[in-house]
Amino acid sequence: MRVSEIWAFVSGCARLAFRGGRTFAVWIGFLLVLLLWGGGAYVHQLRHGLIVTNMRDQVSWAFYIGNFTFLVGVAAAAVLLVIPAYVYHWKPIKEIAIFGELLAISAIVMCLLFVTVDIGRPDRAWHLIPGLGQLNVPTSLLGWDVLVLNAYLLLNVVIVVHLLYSAFHRRPYRSGFVVPLLLLSIPSAVAIHTVTAFVYNGMAARPFWNASILAPRFLASAFCSGPAVLLILFQILRRVSKIDIKDEAIWKIAELMAYAMFLNLFLFGAEIFKEYYSSTHHLAHTRYLYSGLHGHTGLVPYAWASILCSVVAFLLFLIPATRRNFVTLNLGCLLIYTGVYIEKGMALVIPGMTPDTLGEIYEYAPTLTEVRVGAGIFALGFLVFTFLCKIAIPIIQGEYDAEVAARPGGAAPPSSDLAHARASGA
Amino acid sequence: MSEPRSPGRRPGLEQRANRRGFLASAGAGIFAATCATLAGRSAAYAERLLATRFVELSPAEVERRLADLERSLSQRYGTAIRVASDRALEGVHFGYGLDLSRCIGCRRCVYACVHENNQSRDPQIHWIRVLAIEQDKGIDLLESDPYYDPATVPEEDHFYVPVACQQCRRPPCTKVCPVKATWQDADGIVVIDYDWCIGCRCCMSACPYGARRFNWAEPTIPSEAVNPDTHVLGNRPRPRGVVEKCTFCVQRVRRGRYPACVEICPVGARKFGNLLDEKDEMRYLLREKRVFVLKEELNTQPTFYYFYAT
Repeated sequence: MRVSEIWAFVSGCARLAFRGGRTFAVWIGFLLVLLLWGGGAYVHQLRHGLIVTNMRDQVSWAFYIGNFTFLVGVAAAAVLLVIPAYVYHWKPIKEIAIFGELLAISAIVMCLLFVTVDIGRPDRAWHLIPGLGQLNVPTSLLGWDVLVLNAYLLLNVVIVVHLLYSAFHRRPYRSGFVVPLLLLSIPSAVAIHTVTAFVYNGMAARPFWNASILAPRFLASAFCSGPAVLLILFQILRRVSKIDIKDEAIWKIAELMAYAMFLNLFLFGAEIFKEYYSSTHHLAHTRYLYSGLHGHTGLVPYAWASILCSVVAFLLFLIPATRRNFVTLNLGCLLIYTGVYIEKGMALVIPGMTPDTLGEIYEYAPTLTEVRVGAGIFALGFLVFTFLCKIAIPIIQGEYDAEVAARPGGAAPPSSDLAHARASGA
Repeated sequence: MSEPRSPGRRPGLEQRANRRGFLASAGAGIFAATCATLAGRSAAYAERLLATRFVELSPAEVERRLADLERSLSQRYGTAIRVASDRALEGVHFGYGLDLSRCIGCRRCVYACVHENNQSRDPQIHWIRVLAIEQDKGIDLLESDPYYDPATVPEEDHFYVPVACQQCRRPPCTKVCPVKATWQDADGIVVIDYDWCIGCRCCMSACPYGARRFNWAEPTIPSEAVNPDTHVLGNRPRPRGVVEKCTFCVQRVRRGRYPACVEICPVGARKFGNLLDEKDEMRYLLREKRVFVLKEELNTQPTFYYFYAT
């Protein structure tokens, strides 16, 4: 790899990322506004401390950590594309598996940001870096989480950069290098989610979380919600770009999601049975979630909305007719995304801490500052994802490469059969 | 970048290195100054940004760290503050006894603790939480009320259960800390390195007794109310964004005194001593009274024992 080649790639990517039509400019403008809105709130939080949130000693993890947990699941879902593409060599998915990795990168960036805004001393975040600080592995699960999340991010970045770099310079990608990494990303995806589940699972103090079923539930809900984003994205991509995504690929992913949804609902049912039938003190947390406790019913509507969304989505994905109809499919995607967002966000973290360890009920709802910071982080994640897609699509299609980039103005050439032929070889 | 051609004018390697070094340190300085300004802190804060863990400091470095703390705290509160770092004594494992038949729920222990341990007044932090429970409910935490506020105590048909850090033999909080900022010292006291804690609050999630508190904002203590006799891992005034909790008054007990809560209790409900000393009152208590611990099934093995003397 020569410096000139690397520089050509970087500048080519930069040019791809920033050029676009009016829709693109409006979209980026909107995201930037959200980012600034969130950034302002974060500065406010830095000045005054976490007291600007509604977290208190009784509910010490809330909105930020809820979002983090949900997004780890989204990041892990990339594996649902990698397995059929690279283990079963299913061609329709192989061509679009890279988008799973791009989503994973964006999601992990958001995860890391949500954790950073949640800790009380972000200036001491370097304490988590092994060698520089003191990372408590093997004992601390949060310590492991730091390792596996960053490793998964690095893995995906290396894979994506290699694939794009090879395509850009008209070289076939090195299977011997990239395929083992892709295969490694499968247990890594499982690892990030299992470790995150174990952070919760290992706490005997929180009976709502201290259930062996938590890790399997996390995986099931990740695999049924993460790909929902991709399904919608693929339909958008088919329309706005020349990328060819077959219906088959979309339907196959939807089918796999249906299995995951069933598992998710089954495990949920198992939890509900155990809590309500054994009916110990631990039931208080589940009751707070689904029927309220001592007049505190803040989460109840969201809890039931989540169940409704998940069940309806499951039915829409289960029935082949509704699965193949793009209107009902997209509705199902939105429903499952909403359902799991609630289930793994607020409906996981808040009931774990309500009632607190000494039986007190502190009813939490996020402040505007927290919502703003969350919006800003999501905006940044979407920005990252937008730029990554903007760069990746022309390159993997063979429309934009070193030769094209070197042309004055670097204009995108008109599509040609030759370009398509190159794309399918990559 | 074009350079002047005349000899003697062209910058040599050494000068370039100096320039780089200057830029680097200027850059670091700017970074530190930016952080300091954003956080609203003094310049010394920027130095402390890169400080190491307390347990890794050599004795000389400990002296320097304590002197630095004393200087900045004294300046902040306008009174001379001493920061000690007494280590655990040999052959000591502290234990606590709480007589539920005597506690009247007056909360004098709570306030004595606040004063002794320099807890923030605004936001309000109390290391001890006293739970009022109806007598016929037994120790049912779901039925407890920490906000009881009658005209007089004890209320009829109620009993009171004060809860603070149980200084567990198998603490669930220390194993989850991702940066090893909290650990159990040799005498059984679970301590926190306030200068190393990153404020992730994992330990707070892991504690079954709700013993840990977080500094959600900059803690405030009126200057005249500051206790100047402090321990670096105990009651020295804490910074924002870190976790704190009861330390059995480490600044007192390692010098042979009782914790402040034990001293102030007007009805003698609180007992304290060394579990390893056969002649200690705690051993008498364990022998002669029927003790129990909270949430025993979690196997945390607290050194905080509850009992009913009468």
